[in-house]
Amino acid sequence: MSTLTKTKNDYQGLRRIGLTLLYVVLAIIAIVQIYPLVWLFFFSLKGNVEIFGGSPFALPEQWRWENYVRVWNDGNIGQYFFNSVFVTITAVILTVLLASFVTFAITRMRWKLSRFVLLLFMIGYMIPIHSTLVPLFQFYLRLDLIDHPLSIILSYTAYNLPLTIMILSGFYNSLSREIEEAAIMDGCSIHRLFFQITLPMTTPVMVTTVIINMIYNWNEFIFVNTFISSDRYKTLTVGIQNFIGQYVTDWGAIGATLMISIIPILIAFFFLSNRIVEGLTAGAVKG
Amino acid sequence: MNKVMSNKKAIALYVLPAFLLIAILVYVPIFLTGYYGMMDWDGIGEMSFIGLENYANLIKDDAFWYSARNSFILALISSLALIGYLTISLILSGKIKGSDTLRKIYLIPMLLSSVAIAQLWIKIYDPNNGMLNSLLTMFGVDNPPAWLATRDTVLIAIIFAVIWQYAGFYIIIYSSALKGIPNELIEAARIDGANPIQIALKIKVPLISGVIKTTLILAIVGSLKYFDLIWVMTGGGPNGASEVIASYMYKEAFRNYNAGYGSAIGFALLVLALFITVIVQQLTKSAEDYEY
Repeated sequence: MSTLTKTKNDYQGLRRIGLTLLYVVLAIIAIVQIYPLVWLFFFSLKGNVEIFGGSPFALPEQWRWENYVRVWNDGNIGQYFFNSVFVTITAVILTVLLASFVTFAITRMRWKLSRFVLLLFMIGYMIPIHSTLVPLFQFYLRLDLIDHPLSIILSYTAYNLPLTIMILSGFYNSLSREIEEAAIMDGCSIHRLFFQITLPMTTPVMVTTVIINMIYNWNEFIFVNTFISSDRYKTLTVGIQNFIGQYVTDWGAIGATLMISIIPILIAFFFLSNRIVEGLTAGAVKG
Repeated sequence: MNKVMSNKKAIALYVLPAFLLIAILVYVPIFLTGYYGMMDWDGIGEMSFIGLENYANLIKDDAFWYSARNSFILALISSLALIGYLTISLILSGKIKGSDTLRKIYLIPMLLSSVAIAQLWIKIYDPNNGMLNSLLTMFGVDNPPAWLATRDTVLIAIIFAVIWQYAGFYIIIYSSALKGIPNELIEAARIDGANPIQIALKIKVPLISGVIKTTLILAIVGSLKYFDLIWVMTGGGPNGASEVIASYMYKEAFRNYNAGYGSAIGFALLVLALFITVIVQQLTKSAEDYEY
């Protein structure tokens, strides 16, 4: 009996040590993932003397919020910020609306080619942007849309449609048909059915796709970098990239610029993390 | 009922706008890229047809193979990193307090733009004032390398940033797949005397093999078209040491005004991505998702 208790205690002790070790490893990974951002936040509030002379791990001696004010006033950050908001929101609305139309027609309506058309949309997910960039550039050049926000809005919409349809279709497939059938019995037209009955029922999944699209559009780089040349239309990602070039040695200014570009996303994540996780997994697991 | 739901006009109205958009901006360009690849063309002036010359040159081009090699190294290490991500997800799927919070912390880098991440890592790798070398000096390393300016270290430095960026993404994908496994299966195995490691390897991993396959394709194809971070961090340098297919294509098409040759590289990238997808699909054919 006593030996049995002893081995049981040994086992529990080992288990505890193992568990502690696991927590240490998990915590180290968490620190590696998050600490670079903390460090960025610190140096965004420091002056050059402190950055280049002091310990990189020290807190700012004096919290220089003026770094933020300076970069906001110095460059076009306000303009870039507005452009990012405008382009992101326009493209998101267009994408989610068009994708909802398609998903409704494919999953709820009856026609022979529906599965084939769905497949056509899905293949778009595998196409590398670089394989289409030269023709896209020529296309917009011919339409006089180079250096025009429409070129990036249309590109974002087209390239985000596959993923958005993928996420939406999972939800649409799980909707019950009874409400739709009842509505049709009562003489409801197809358009009223879509706008007044089905679309409102999909609000939760629409929110998910809106968030995913917002994150992708907000961070997009290559389309803006290729199609947009004037500061008037640049978005934050490309704008800060060029802006930082002026501040090669002023790390405080660079840090503040970067923080300004990532704060909106961090705030969104703070409030909507469950939705974001849901959207990212829905997109990948269904692929 | 059927009449309303198979209204041809309504179907066309709902599908066509999105279809036209994706056809014009995604599908037609793919074919045009292949076609432009057969042109001697600077992207502005007249094109002249040269057949398969660009493609033949591509095969003989050391710079292309060098960038392809770097892309493959990135794809290989990203694929191997999946094992680490899977291990972390398996640990988190046990009875770990705070696992949801940990997952969310891991995810944060994935939400930031590659430009911001690249700028941040440029600062981390800075030879004199960067966080990494300050840390190394603190631990007594005398002459830590200038990570991004040294041919031998640049690729690995970039790959580490990529692994950092995507860790949370794959961890939440695996975690949500693991959450889908019915508890009874795990309980039954536990009652039969299986230890946590056996349960993880013999029950959990096989049950999510379909998702593992998807992530493998995502990691490989994602690596092949990887661009933003490398473009901002090093522009492919020093001296081509971190050049990948996508950055080489961009340089040729939009910097060196070789739109024809750039298109050929873009087309090769497309073929490569589709080819690898098919290969991975075939190799992992048995790994279908289980229905519970």
